[in-house]
Amino acid sequence: MEYFVIVISAIFVNNILLAQFLGVCPFLGVSSKISTSVGMTGAVIFVMTIATVVTYLINTFLLVPFDIGYLKTISYILVIAALVQMVEIILKKVSPSMYQALGVFLPLITTNCAVLGVALLVIQKQMNLMQSTVFAVATGVGFGLALIIFAGLREHLDLMNLPKGMKGIPAALVTAGILAMAFMGFTGMV
Amino acid sequence: MNNWQNLTKGFIQENPVFVLLLGMCPTLGTTTSAINGMGMGLATAFVLVMSNMAISAVKNIIPDKVRIPAFIVIIASFVTVVDLLMAGYLPALHEQLGLFIPLIVVNCIVLGRAESFASKNGVFASIIDGLGMGLGFTFALVILGGVREILGSGAIFGYKFIGDNDGMLIFILAPGAFIALGYIIAIINKLKKA
Repeated sequence: MEYFVIVISAIFVNNILLAQFLGVCPFLGVSSKISTSVGMTGAVIFVMTIATVVTYLINTFLLVPFDIGYLKTISYILVIAALVQMVEIILKKVSPSMYQALGVFLPLITTNCAVLGVALLVIQKQMNLMQSTVFAVATGVGFGLALIIFAGLREHLDLMNLPKGMKGIPAALVTAGILAMAFMGFTGMV
Repeated sequence: MNNWQNLTKGFIQENPVFVLLLGMCPTLGTTTSAINGMGMGLATAFVLVMSNMAISAVKNIIPDKVRIPAFIVIIASFVTVVDLLMAGYLPALHEQLGLFIPLIVVNCIVLGRAESFASKNGVFASIIDGLGMGLGFTFALVILGGVREILGSGAIFGYKFIGDNDGMLIFILAPGAFIALGYIIAIINKLKKA
């Protein structure tokens, strides 16, 4: 039950993109086609889960015992950057087909604030390892859900006859606002 | 390009938020009021100036291949400084901005300026560039925060001018951030073409 609440809350109620504004840059960047946003979603779920687990372990076994919590930001961002590189290298070797699908999105993820954001959030919310892992996966799914819905909307938006100034990003932002309003309907579910 | 142009280009011409569309997460996440936007903007500006200065000072020592990780470490150090200073001296604002202070590290503007300006130019020019971009970012956040605060709670910088329940609450909540920013960018596009 406890995990169910975490999952529902991370996907719908506190959606990382539309309620917490983390990861908006890739949201606007890669959401013009459904196929690319599916690839991005896969990469984000993958990296986010690994990064959260690794940074959680680092926090529990290195930063807390030695009382160097102020190094959190520096160590986390380094770990995430190294991890992304490593995932890229391993993926290239082990599963070329998966690398083909996710490869181009991996470097973008280092600067995706959602990954660092989730790693910091699980510490802030004082979750344990299992809860953190579930939270990370669910957050990634929530990110993907918003991204894919939004990509679908944007594909249609391109065909609309809009005023010149509104074309492109402004129209996309207003659409995202309406999508966020729809997600607000989930408030109160948990 | 002289120093004056370097300082002023961040406001309109190359405004990081309205024109370059960088650093959207803190822009949308922290601008529930003009004051919050200003706090976030100034914190980012401080990091930008300091990291630009440090990076342009050590750019010749860093080997080309590891320059991005090196830049990130420098930026992360200054972010930690800001984080601790704000927690100490401005605890209320620090509480409000929350997660977005450590997330300055992954703000594309900071790394973007380091890579495209500070790693190629001298120390003084880099400081000016960081200051200009930082103030431009602050300017954008104050505008967006002001618009949202006026529409959402009928106040500006905390001074209320309408009744308590008369504001359009949606502009304080998440959807309002997207919508307000969308229309501001549309207006700026229109003005630039005209």
